[in-house]
Amino acid sequence: MVNTNVTLCGESLSNPIIPASGTFGYGREFSELYDLDILGTFSFKGTTLLPRFGNPTPRIAECPDGMLNSVGLQNPGVEKVLSEEIPNIRKIFRKKVMANVGGFSIEEYAAVVKKLSDVPEIGWFEVNISCPNVHSGGMSFGTDPRLAAEVTRAVKAETDKPVIMKLSPNVTDITAIAAACEKAGADGLSLINTLMGLRVNLRTKKPVLHNIKGGFSGPAIKPVALRMVYEVYETVGIPIVGMGGVQSAEDVVEFMLCGATAVGVGAQNLVDPYASKRIIEDLPRVMKKYNIQSLNEIIGGAHHG
Amino acid sequence: MKQGIFSVKSLERLTNDVYKLVLSGDTSEIRAAGQFINIKIDGLFLRRPISVCDYNDRTVTVIFKVVGKGTEILSKAAENTEFDILTGLGNGYSLENAGDRPLLVGGGVGVPPLYNLCKKLLEKGCRPQVVLGFNQKSEVFLEDEFKALGVPVTVTTVLGDYGKKGFVTDALPKDYTYFYTCGPEPMLKAVYHSTNTSGELSFEERMGCGFGACMGCSCKTKYGSFRICKQGPVLLKEAVLW
Repeated sequence: MVNTNVTLCGESLSNPIIPASGTFGYGREFSELYDLDILGTFSFKGTTLLPRFGNPTPRIAECPDGMLNSVGLQNPGVEKVLSEEIPNIRKIFRKKVMANVGGFSIEEYAAVVKKLSDVPEIGWFEVNISCPNVHSGGMSFGTDPRLAAEVTRAVKAETDKPVIMKLSPNVTDITAIAAACEKAGADGLSLINTLMGLRVNLRTKKPVLHNIKGGFSGPAIKPVALRMVYEVYETVGIPIVGMGGVQSAEDVVEFMLCGATAVGVGAQNLVDPYASKRIIEDLPRVMKKYNIQSLNEIIGGAHHG
Repeated sequence: MKQGIFSVKSLERLTNDVYKLVLSGDTSEIRAAGQFINIKIDGLFLRRPISVCDYNDRTVTVIFKVVGKGTEILSKAAENTEFDILTGLGNGYSLENAGDRPLLVGGGVGVPPLYNLCKKLLEKGCRPQVVLGFNQKSEVFLEDEFKALGVPVTVTTVLGDYGKKGFVTDALPKDYTYFYTCGPEPMLKAVYHSTNTSGELSFEERMGCGFGACMGCSCKTKYGSFRICKQGPVLLKEAVLW
């Protein structure tokens, strides 16, 4: 018997698989397909203080081995999440969920976390300081170590639950942001969010996305994500949720060897709705193949010394 | 929604760039005309959503226009090629409010989903009337199939080289009890403004997943934001913000 258990910021997970925020809604659509309790946990759709429609469409574009999205944090707002989504999550998921929160000001991040702080179904906060699709806030907090630290402190002040800061790859040195978040009290880091991208429609000779630029995700970004997880693992002592282009159980092991404690599955959920389930079911086989008894023991294994 | 493997039973070229593809597989999740399927194509990341033209308990028929890489690959699929397909997506048309004389208005590659709808309305005992619009004679397809169902069909072409010259809105009958439409957005808008009954319009949007998870295809409606793939593609006239 192989052991897939890991511990993320003090909370035990039966396996490290976490469907990533923005690819899993609030779990409803996937709960009709399979039992969500097989997941380590899942990170729900980035939630802001007020309801948001997001950016105008088209906001999806095909790419080689990936996709662009410019959804722009569409969500029903924290009040509706509290009144409708949390009660439904209670019905479809018996484990603790990861609450992804977005914001346009330090005060907004803090306010959303405060409203969700006492929800027993929430095990962790994942704070998105890296959304590339909003014009103010979002990613700007994740590209400046000082602001990233300020958001971290403001959120930490509102909750006793573990706070995981979700980092942007669209920076010169991700380790500087990671270190600033750790120093400000972050309990964990998740990385990477999407990379800024653009595509042009040759027939219209204009960008495919109405928003012009969008977040690039999918298997094409995996090497970039692995490199960043590797670098951040060498810089900080707090756990990392690694993600970016994960398609298989092999990818999960690769992220963990680079230093991830848990692993997000993102865009793959959209093209294969059973992707997360398939990866979980395949993990024991892949562990046996590579002589891994316990996933917990391989975290950071690719590092020297 | 159901994921299944389908194989190409037949592929037929209908016009210069429009193809009819018949796929064999488990169609048990397809429950309404106007629903769509989402096809995984080797070498492409996102699935390609295409509306269902017709289906029975063994096959599903889609008609598509070659507009990019995905549809180009599909247009060259050999017999027995297998595709991973999600079926039973979207809400589809409702037959409930059709009345005795429903009007079906299709434009270009928006015509196909109306075919299965027409069959269902006939089975229900309705007397549908059909208006199909195309740019020109060389682009006309499915006219004969609709006629074979025994319903009145009016074809319009913008160039006027076939049928009635003009747009579909130049050929709408006077008496109808409800309308169903699918086509390019300017046509939907014209139909919306030219009709005097309630009805249903099928919309198109670039999709990520096709099953409601990614929020890629959202649109604003009178009842808030709807995901075209999940709460659509068919919207009630009353929900549309025009």
